[in-house]
Amino acid sequence: MGIIIQKAGVLDTIQDLGRTGSRKSGINPNGVMDRNALRLINILLGNPESEGAIEMHFPASEFVFKSEKTFALGGANFEAALQKEPLNRWKIYSAKKGDVLTFRRRVNGNRCYLAVAGGLEIEKWLGSKSTNLVAQIGGYKGRKLMKGDTLGFRIVGKSKNAADHLQIARTLFPRFAKHLVLRITAGAEYMRLTAKSELAFFEQTFNITNDSNRMGYRLESAPLYLLNDAEILSTAVNLGTIQLLPNGQIVVLMADHQTTGGYPRIAHIVETDLSKLAQCGPGDSLSFELVSQQEAETIREDYERDLSFLRVGVKFRSGKL
Amino acid sequence: MEGIPKYQVFPLGENALIFDFGSEISVELNKLVNSLARAIDRNPFPGFIECAPGYSSLTIFYDLFMVKRKFRTALTAFEIAKRLTEIELQKLENQPEIKTITKEIPVSFKAGNAPDLDFVARSNSLDQEEVIEIFLSKSYRVFMLGFLPGFAYMGELDSRIATPRKQDPRTVVTKGSVGIAGNQTGIYPHESPGGWQIIGRTRLELFDPSKEPATFFDAGNIVKFVKG
Repeated sequence: MGIIIQKAGVLDTIQDLGRTGSRKSGINPNGVMDRNALRLINILLGNPESEGAIEMHFPASEFVFKSEKTFALGGANFEAALQKEPLNRWKIYSAKKGDVLTFRRRVNGNRCYLAVAGGLEIEKWLGSKSTNLVAQIGGYKGRKLMKGDTLGFRIVGKSKNAADHLQIARTLFPRFAKHLVLRITAGAEYMRLTAKSELAFFEQTFNITNDSNRMGYRLESAPLYLLNDAEILSTAVNLGTIQLLPNGQIVVLMADHQTTGGYPRIAHIVETDLSKLAQCGPGDSLSFELVSQQEAETIREDYERDLSFLRVGVKFRSGKL
Repeated sequence: MEGIPKYQVFPLGENALIFDFGSEISVELNKLVNSLARAIDRNPFPGFIECAPGYSSLTIFYDLFMVKRKFRTALTAFEIAKRLTEIELQKLENQPEIKTITKEIPVSFKAGNAPDLDFVARSNSLDQEEVIEIFLSKSYRVFMLGFLPGFAYMGELDSRIATPRKQDPRTVVTKGSVGIAGNQTGIYPHESPGGWQIIGRTRLELFDPSKEPATFFDAGNIVKFVKG
């Protein structure tokens, strides 16, 4: 019972919504890059939103179901097919024993998620199924998935909680774009930007460089400057923190970021927009729009309200309401 | 500590805030930050997730809905969490000091284990033996953990051996490497990229996920290096 990796992908790992409570030991949260995608497919499947799933990059693994299973795909469109039949994302499917799941082409997005009803049988470390590649712990043996690995299912067969024919509301539907406008809040060192750089920050286009991965995205633009170069002591950073490097370029910290950093924190990307960024990659571009702390909290609350409607819809469809 | 030192509070995104007591390496401020972290851990407010104590700052992560649900006010979750932390801060005075734990770390300074020992010596106009002697002559405080799982930032080094980070960070630093960065010292618990000047190596396991806690060091520990 489970799913076997018949052909390994370039970087496929087990991730959930991350590991909290251990930052003080230098252990960072890890977790999926696209949090919204994971939450959406888990809700559709009737799983807890934080349930672990397989995060895939392209080329992705090829899987064989060793037993019947209800599953869903979310995030990037890698042209998935089950027994050569094309699959959509954000929809519930059932695989039979022996069915082969393949991903043929990267159409758009950069990270695709495969979740199964009831979740994967993965031992938690410090309360999370997320893989920590640096410490080589968590997830499946602390590493990326390789040929021959078998992931067990926590429950047998179909789930009664999954909503078979539910359509996700358009407002929740992630749309991919080559250029994104991301909303940010000011960071502790924001006020240290020169007036010219402050304006440039909201006027310029920032290109995502090849040096962008699960740890962070390095962006390229005309350099930004601070009023003074006074060093800051290493201190905690967060998912979505925008740091200004000494060469005037900026880096956005992503899921595998270190817990602390010593570069000026000029801004923070709001969490719901980080999922959009997680689906961008080298060659795509960004610009930024400043919102207040109050607005950032409201954006988040609005998104959570939309998700709670979906959650009620799933319960209704699956006859639990 | 006499009274509460001046501080600033900043948001760190929509789910965290920083209490910043200044940008200096100070034992007093570090003790304060860690006492405050312990106080909040003991008495967490609704929505509190975790504390991450730094040199002289404390970062607090929270769930903004949980924070807002409890208090019917137009204040942001940030403003509420800030006030809740200030309440703990004001109660801090007269807290008993916690017992300090001293840990001994055996270090090999053999050439193969100490690729930057010569550079540290030359840039401070010392010979290698003098660097080792000065390095071993005092004990260090673990100010914070960060960067990598189990990596301890320790200080402060004798100014005679303080050395800036490497201009060109290494892509691979060997696990167990003991490094210098400015007046800080630290040990790499994992193989990792890194820019610290490597002056030795320990065989001690500093991170063991099968143990609870997984990390060898805690903020506030005193560390004594010995030849070994």
